[in-house]
Amino acid sequence: MLSANLSAIFYLISGILFILALRGLSSPETSRQGNFFGILGMIIAITVTFLSIGNFSTGFVVVLIFLLIGGLIGAFIAYKIPMTAMPELVAGFHSLVGLAAVFVAIAAFLNPEAFNLGSPGNIKLGSLIEMSIGAAVGAITFSGSIIAFLKLQGIMSGSPITFKGQHPLNALILISIIVLTYLLCSTQSSNLFWILLAVSFLIGFLLIIPIGGADMPVVISMLNSYSGWAAAGIGFTLENTALIITGALVGSSGAILSYIMCKGMNRSFFNVILGGFGATEQSTGEKNKEQRPVKSGNADDAAFLMKNASSVIIVPGYGMAVAQAQHALREMVDTLKKNDIKVSYAIHPVAGRMPGHMNVLLAEANVPYDEVFELEEINNDFANADVAFVIGANDVTNPVAKTDPQSPIYGMPVLDVEKCKSVLFVKRSLSPGYAGIDNDLFYKENTLMLFADAKKMTEDITKNL
Amino acid sequence: MEIDPFIFRLSIFILSIFIGYYVVWSVTPSLHTPLMSVTNAISSVIIVGAIIAGLAGNSDTIFNTSSIFGFLAISLAAINIFGGFLVTQRMLAMYKKKKKDK
Repeated sequence: MLSANLSAIFYLISGILFILALRGLSSPETSRQGNFFGILGMIIAITVTFLSIGNFSTGFVVVLIFLLIGGLIGAFIAYKIPMTAMPELVAGFHSLVGLAAVFVAIAAFLNPEAFNLGSPGNIKLGSLIEMSIGAAVGAITFSGSIIAFLKLQGIMSGSPITFKGQHPLNALILISIIVLTYLLCSTQSSNLFWILLAVSFLIGFLLIIPIGGADMPVVISMLNSYSGWAAAGIGFTLENTALIITGALVGSSGAILSYIMCKGMNRSFFNVILGGFGATEQSTGEKNKEQRPVKSGNADDAAFLMKNASSVIIVPGYGMAVAQAQHALREMVDTLKKNDIKVSYAIHPVAGRMPGHMNVLLAEANVPYDEVFELEEINNDFANADVAFVIGANDVTNPVAKTDPQSPIYGMPVLDVEKCKSVLFVKRSLSPGYAGIDNDLFYKENTLMLFADAKKMTEDITKNL
Repeated sequence: MEIDPFIFRLSIFILSIFIGYYVVWSVTPSLHTPLMSVTNAISSVIIVGAIIAGLAGNSDTIFNTSSIFGFLAISLAAINIFGGFLVTQRMLAMYKKKKKDK
């Protein structure tokens, strides 16, 4: 049996390894090593836990069996999941962390002796508060992530669900959580504990349903953050340093990602949380219904334009992921490069359904990461480029964000695609994007619309090059 | 006067938030998706709590309500640990630099 002090030091080491795991992600070269540190930290934490309990009887075997079942399922998912489905996968994983936190809190509440927290009905006050917070945040993470998962998977409609009195109801429930926590701590009643959990599950559900599909990058990051705070809450209950450090890391990581995503959309955090984005924009969408002329072309025209260009910038968006066009796109780019045309990729912070989603898809299609640029790095290059190839992106290229203060997306940082000599815009139809507004870029003099499925169009262009 | 050990834990917590803040800002935006999957994996270190709960029963009663919740939590966290680290590994293996000879 490991002494408490020694195990505390090992938990600290695994916490530090987790910090190094995140640190490694500062560049792709060090990232694989970072992931290895993370795995090492986890192995240390689990081994130390077994050694500090020192119980290697039948219970140990049962624990190993459950560990193995989970591990096999996890490994199977990790190898099977297509890269386009990463947002759903991450949302699903968040819900599991949340539920695990809830289960650990329940176990600790029912059997506090095992955790040195006192006896049932007489749990130490501090531990009970920590436990309640961990359980409540875990429950919110769980039900919120389930909704996010269903919306991303398309099982549930991506459009925001709003109803009258939604905000007062949510506020009421949040207040009731605080009151319940207070009552639970003063009475130690297990009924109140179950009610607290039920109410927390409910609020997680209610908080996410009014948020629209386009705001999913914020929601996923936010739930990432919640899962961290839940882990930290449980870490305080268990007095475990590894868990406290990790919870804090994950919590602040998710918070920063949410901030970056909000900034990418020029919206405040509260604006996103309160939801109902799509609902308010309908009116502006209908106002501009008059038909404006667009120029449309075919793969042949597009190939001609690109062949005569000396530099091309590609702007991918979520539509590329939906059409699974990333491999076809890479082949087109290979052909362009053979003709000595300079090609780079421009990625908007909120392109896709989660932070960094486009980068992963391009990496999957063997696009070298040093050809892929972020908005600030590449925005000035559009003016010098010959062709911009917009594939599956829409709102993030809309010049209205710079010109029309009336527009709901006014002030959002956008890619200056219209500054290119010519713009090729692959899209199925003229329908507006997720923000529900018309894209001025469609009607510009130098824009050529290519109405087709992104993958098919890209393949056709390659043939014509 | 003795300091409550809670204060020490709180200090660790707050300092870790600051570490997280600086470390995460230095993560390159192109790796934000692996960042999310790896944070998922490491937050499942909550499994240590689940293991303690699972092993709490004595030898005649391995399965009581508390330990069953522990066992379930072990499986959930294990899905995340294996799934999270492996999918991160899979993603990171795809990030390649431009080949020099091209």
